[in-house]
Formats: sequence, C-alpha cells, structure tokens
Amino acid sequence: MNDMRFTERTVATDEVKIAAKGVQVYYGDTHAIKDVTIDIADKTVTAFIGPSGCGKSTFLRCINRMNDTIPSARVEGDIRIDGEDIYDKRVDPVQLRAKVGMVFQKPNPFPKSIYDNVSYGPKIHGLARNKAELDEIVETSLRRAALWDEVKDRLGAPGTGLSGGQQQRLCIARAVATSPEVLLMDEPCSALDPIATDQVENLIHELRERYSVVIVTHSMSQASRVSQRTAYFHLGEMVEYGDTGDIFTNPKDERTENYITGRIG
Amino acid sequence: MSPFWLILLVAALALVGAVLGRRKAMASAGGDARVLHSLPNYYGANVALFVAAPALLVLAAWMVIQPLALDGRVSAMIPETAYEDAGALNLLMADVRRIAEGLDLAVEQGALTAAEARAAQAEDLRARLAEIGVAVGAEIDPSTLVAAQGLRMLDARADLVRTVVILALAAAGFAFTYARTNASYRARNSVEFAILLLLIGASTIAILTTLGIVLSMLFETLNFFRQYPASEFFFSLTWDPSFSGRGGASTLGILPLLWGTLYISIIALIVSVPIGLFSAIYLSEYAGKRFRGFAKPLLEVLAGIPTIVYGLFALITVGPLLRDAIASPLGLGNSASSVMTAGLVMGIMLIPFVSSLSDDIINAVPQAMRDGSYGLGATQSETIRQVILPAALPGIVGAILLAASRAIGETMIVVLGAGAAAKIDVNPFEAMTTVTVKIVSQLTGDTDFSSPETLVAFALGLTLFVMTLGLNVLALYIVRKYREQYE
Ligand SMILES: Nc1ncnc2c1ncn2[C@@H]1O[C@H](COP(=O)(O)OP(=O)(O)OP(=O)(O)O)[C@@H](O)[C@H]1O
Ligand SMILES: [Mg+2]
Repeated sequence: MNDMRFTERTVATDEVKIAAKGVQVYYGDTHAIKDVTIDIADKTVTAFIGPSGCGKSTFLRCINRMNDTIPSARVEGDIRIDGEDIYDKRVDPVQLRAKVGMVFQKPNPFPKSIYDNVSYGPKIHGLARNKAELDEIVETSLRRAALWDEVKDRLGAPGTGLSGGQQQRLCIARAVATSPEVLLMDEPCSALDPIATDQVENLIHELRERYSVVIVTHSMSQASRVSQRTAYFHLGEMVEYGDTGDIFTNPKDERTENYITGRIG
Repeated sequence: MSPFWLILLVAALALVGAVLGRRKAMASAGGDARVLHSLPNYYGANVALFVAAPALLVLAAWMVIQPLALDGRVSAMIPETAYEDAGALNLLMADVRRIAEGLDLAVEQGALTAAEARAAQAEDLRARLAEIGVAVGAEIDPSTLVAAQGLRMLDARADLVRTVVILALAAAGFAFTYARTNASYRARNSVEFAILLLLIGASTIAILTTLGIVLSMLFETLNFFRQYPASEFFFSLTWDPSFSGRGGASTLGILPLLWGTLYISIIALIVSVPIGLFSAIYLSEYAGKRFRGFAKPLLEVLAGIPTIVYGLFALITVGPLLRDAIASPLGLGNSASSVMTAGLVMGIMLIPFVSSLSDDIINAVPQAMRDGSYGLGATQSETIRQVILPAALPGIVGAILLAASRAIGETMIVVLGAGAAAKIDVNPFEAMTTVTVKIVSQLTGDTDFSSPETLVAFALGLTLFVMTLGLNVLALYIVRKYREQYE
C-alpha cells in the first residue's frame, strides 16, 4: 500500500449534506441493507467500497430514491439532505433526482443523438433560455466529462453508437449537465481506460469544489486518489467509515483490513 | 407389403441400427465415452438417420409416382372403342380402380380366395362386390375387368419391387454408416447437418406454397387481363358487373372498391391506434402488477373473437345506433350500413392487436433507459414521451402497419357493417364496400371460370395481396431497423 498517493485529505467543511440514520432496505424478503447510519459531508468526495453484492449500489440508490422504481424494494429509516427528510410524503422524488444526479454502473445512453442525450436534463428542467445557452451547457458538460474532443464533430450521431467507455462519459456529461448538488457515481470508471479514468478523476476533483460526490468503486487506488472519506460495506452492513487516509493505513475492523489488503472481495 | 408395415419395419431397423451404432462407437472407444468425438447417442442417432431418412423419402416419392405411372399403362389396356373422349376414359379408369380395390378388399376379408379373385367373372362380380360394401356404378364390362386385373397385377409387382428397394436402401444406409462409425467419426456434426436439412426442407415448403399461391393468382389474373383491358380495371370509376347470361357488358373498375377499403381502414386505424397505444402505455408503464395480470389476458381474449361476431355487432347494434343518433338527425343519410359503422367496429377489433403488440415493444425497452431518465429528474410521462416512445417508435409503427394490413384484408365486418354497394363518396354514413367483399360476391353462386366477371376476383385478390405485402415489407423493414438500436 506504499505506492498510494493520498491527495489532500482535509475535508473542506464539516457541514453535513446527507444524513442517513438506521436505513434498512429489503428486496422482497432479502435484507440488502442492514441498519446503516452515515453522515456524508458537503463539498467532499465519499467513496463506498466493499465486496460485490454487499449493497453499495443499493444504498446509493436510496439517496436519490431510485429504489422507488423497483416494485419489490422497501426502504426504512431516515435519510436527510440538508436537513430535509427525502422520504417524507411531501417530497417529490422527481424534484429530488434533479438535485441528486446519478451515473449508473452500466452506461445507459438514450437512443438519441449525443447532443440530445446531454441536453435532456437541462431541457426538462428549463435550465437554458435559448439554443445558445443550451449549446453552451452541452459543450461544458461534455468537456467536463472529457468527451468533447472525441465527439465535437458528431454531436448528431446516436449516443448508442459510442464505445463503452465513451458511453459512460456521455452519461457523466448527462448527469453533470443538470448541475446537481449531489452526484452519485456507481463505478463510473469500470469501463474506462487509464487516460479517461484520469480525466474523470480530475472531473471529480473539480466537482468537489461545489458539490458533494459519492462514488462506488472497486479500485482501492481510485478510492484513495479521489476520496476524502471512505465507507466500507460488508454483507449489507456499513462496517467502517472515516477519513480515507485512516481507513487505508489504519483500519480498525478486521474485515476492512482483509478487504483492502486483498484477502476478500 | 403395405406402406404402413414398411414404415414400421424401417423404423424398427433404424432403432436396431441406433443401438448397434452406439454400441460400436462405445466399443471402439474402449468403453470410455470421453474418448469419443461426440456423445454416444449421436452415433446412434446418426445410424438411425442414415437407415430411415433415405428409405422413407424414397417411399414417399414412390407412393406419389406409382399410381401415375401405372395409370398410363392400364388405360392402354382398355380398347379405344370403349370410350369416346378423355372424360369418358377418366370415368372408366375410376371404375377400373374401384374394381381392383374391391377385389383386393374381398381377398383381404376372405370373401374370395386369391385364385378366385384372379379368375373372377364379369357377370356376377358386381353383386359380390356389393356384398362387401363396394358399389360399382354400372354393369361390369369384361374389358374393364381385364384392365382391373391388369392393374392388380402391376400393382402387386410394383409393391414387391418397392418393398425390396426400400429395404435394400435401409440396409445400405446401415452398412454405410455402421462401417464408418468409430471413436473419431464426427457423428455430432453429421446429425447437426441432418437437422439443418430438415429445417431447410420445412422452410422450403413454406416458401414454395406461398409462391404457388401467388403464381396461380398471377395466371388467373393474366387470363383476366386477356379478356378485360387493364387500364379499365385500374382507372375506371365504376364497378358494375353484369352477370353472364343476362347480357350487356360489365364495367369492372377497382377504384370504388379501393376507395371503400382505404376509407374503412383509415377510420379503423383512427379508432384503434390511439386507444390501443394509450392502453399499452398504461398497461406497461403505470398499471400495477395485479391489474396488468388481469387486463392483458382480457384484451387478448378480445383479439380472439371471430370477426363474424364483430360483424353481427356492427349489423345489429352499431349500425342502427349511428343511423338513428347521428346520420338521420344530421341529414347525412339513412342507411344502417355505412363506412362509419364498419370502420368503428373494425377499429374495436384492432385495439387489442395494436395494444398487445405495442405493449410487447414498450416492454422491450430496457429498464436502464427508464432509470437513466428518472435519474435525471424526469417524470414518468416525460420519460415515456421523450425516451420510451422514441425508442419504441419504429416498432410501434411496425405494429400499426400490421394492423393496417389486417384492416385491408377484413371481410366479414364490412359485409355486415358497410354493405355491398360499390361507390365513391366522401360521406362516411353512406354504404360502401371493399375489395374483399367483392371477391367473395364474384365467386359465390353460379360461376363460370372463363368469364371476366369471375376472373376479376383474382385480379382483385392479387392487387390486395400486393398492397398488404407492401405494407408488411415496410413493417418488417422498420421493425428490423428498430432491433439494431440497443446493442
Ligand atoms: N432489483 C433487485 N431485486 C432483488 N435483489 C436485488 C436487486 N438489486 C440488488 N439486489 C440484491 O441486493 C444485494 C446488494 O446488491 P447491490 O447491487 O447493492 O450490490 P453492490 O454492492 O452494488 O455489488 P457490485 O459491486 O457487484 O455492484 C445483492 O445481494 C443483490 O442480489
Ligand atoms: Mg453495484
């Protein structure tokens, strides 16, 4: 673990953005998330790590209520963003998701042109007053997702015609285009080459100045490079949560240590 | 040996061959199935295929060809003085076949011995055959009896040859494959090839029958155009056939019929497409599991109602209702049969068709598309309008075109709902009719298959066929393009 270059560890603010307390998630009879309590800070990158199937994606989907779209899923407990209970009856999940953007584990561009993919969110939420502004948003979003140079000459081509890694960056651009306050990224780099990964990591750094970013990753080195806080999940429980440096150099739980030293997962 | 027993025997040989082949393969591998190129059963199946397939194919061909070949030789035995023309000869040959079969039956049932049957006399034969249930039309002529006996003899000889040939083929097939069966023989590939041939055969039959239908229509249509000018048929604005015998020339213009067909189909589509599509969207995107589980089968039951029932509904309920509620008060006519009636009822018939196809297509849009849209803060209807429908659109268009070709081909609802009067009119409350209805009416009753009034049905049918074929090709093309959209 000596080669890990830990970036600035300091958490910029102690302000809590997302506060989850006693969250339970069930898929029918499967208990997928068991009593997770976590405070996610604003203007911070928080990494979720853990073996496959431990519930990282599931927990991530609780934060923007995407689990509502799965009929068998049931969420219990209390999740607040900026102090507001997002599972309250008065909260409109649609409004919430505009504020809490998400990049999915598998790239899922719409079968539309690249331009339409990126402009989809801004159009729905009326973020642009005219075509020029919309063009502007599309270009900056694509640049931030490190895709602009590759697609600037074919914005009208279908998004589904891009390579897997390009599709994933398109989905990142799409999510960034709505300027969310929180960005949830589920293994955003699993299909990317080292160069694109580096670009996406730079984007994450940049996003941190304004947003709170939660990233699920299977790469220890990525977690240590991009995140300030790390949470380790194991079989539906959150075993350990703390500053990334502490988790990687001085894990308190044996399961965490086994995982990051490569003995499980 | 009769074909039935022959088939059974070949099947039994195939079974024995399969067991032997499997055993030989296993023996050549020293009893270890892992050494074999293919699984042991493939060796058995391979031998069985080589035993049965050539033998049965030849048997099938033989059974078709033998009667044809013998007919010619037997009819030569009948003196030319016994008949006047080809028709009379055909009748005589039918008698010959009947007597021959009757004699065979008599021997089988024990009414006659084989020797008695061979020596049977013309005089009392008719009565004796009647005893065992074979009725022969007229008194049996000695020359007919001679021909019948000739037929029996030739038949018996051909049957014998057939049995020998088939069994020899089966044996040769067995010897050929059994000799080649050993551990390294690629039985699996050989069986695979046989399956391929079977599938090719099946699709060839499907294609050839279609081709046959089209060709027969094409010939009759050409026949029609020899008697009636094509320009009249395609461009005349009147449809007025005069039936043969009553004299007078008829005008057979297809345009009034096409007009009726298109008018009714368009009304049907205007009714069925929005309702069908919206119900599909509701069922696939909004409805709960329980409602869906109950509504979808119900819609599909609607699709199973025979169209004649819809026709009755049009005739008895919808037609009078439209006339009394709308047409008469507005002064638009007072006929219960109208384009509107048929169009509405046909639209109702097509709703389940459109909705169940669209539902399948909408369901085929991957969940990830919806997730992506919801994840960006889109509402359900925004997601449907902007992501799901555009993604499913080509498929939906395909479904609509298929519905259109059903509407164009529909007959019963039109007869009962729109009547049989061929005319061009824009008033939807007038009775009009379609191509299909006229095909039926030209072919029912006393028909003379050489008059243009009858032959026109084939030209109408072919036109209809070309129209629906065009629509279907278009639909398939669009549906195929749609398939390429997600990886
Ligand atoms: N839609 C679903 N229906 C039923 N069970 C599900 C569903 N999605 C996830 N699960 C179950 O919930 C548990 C957690 O799954 P989740 O996708 O959150 O794992 P993960 O940590 O993201 O794994 P990975 O690293 O492989 O993506 C697993 O046991 C999984 O089988
Ligand atoms: Mg996951």
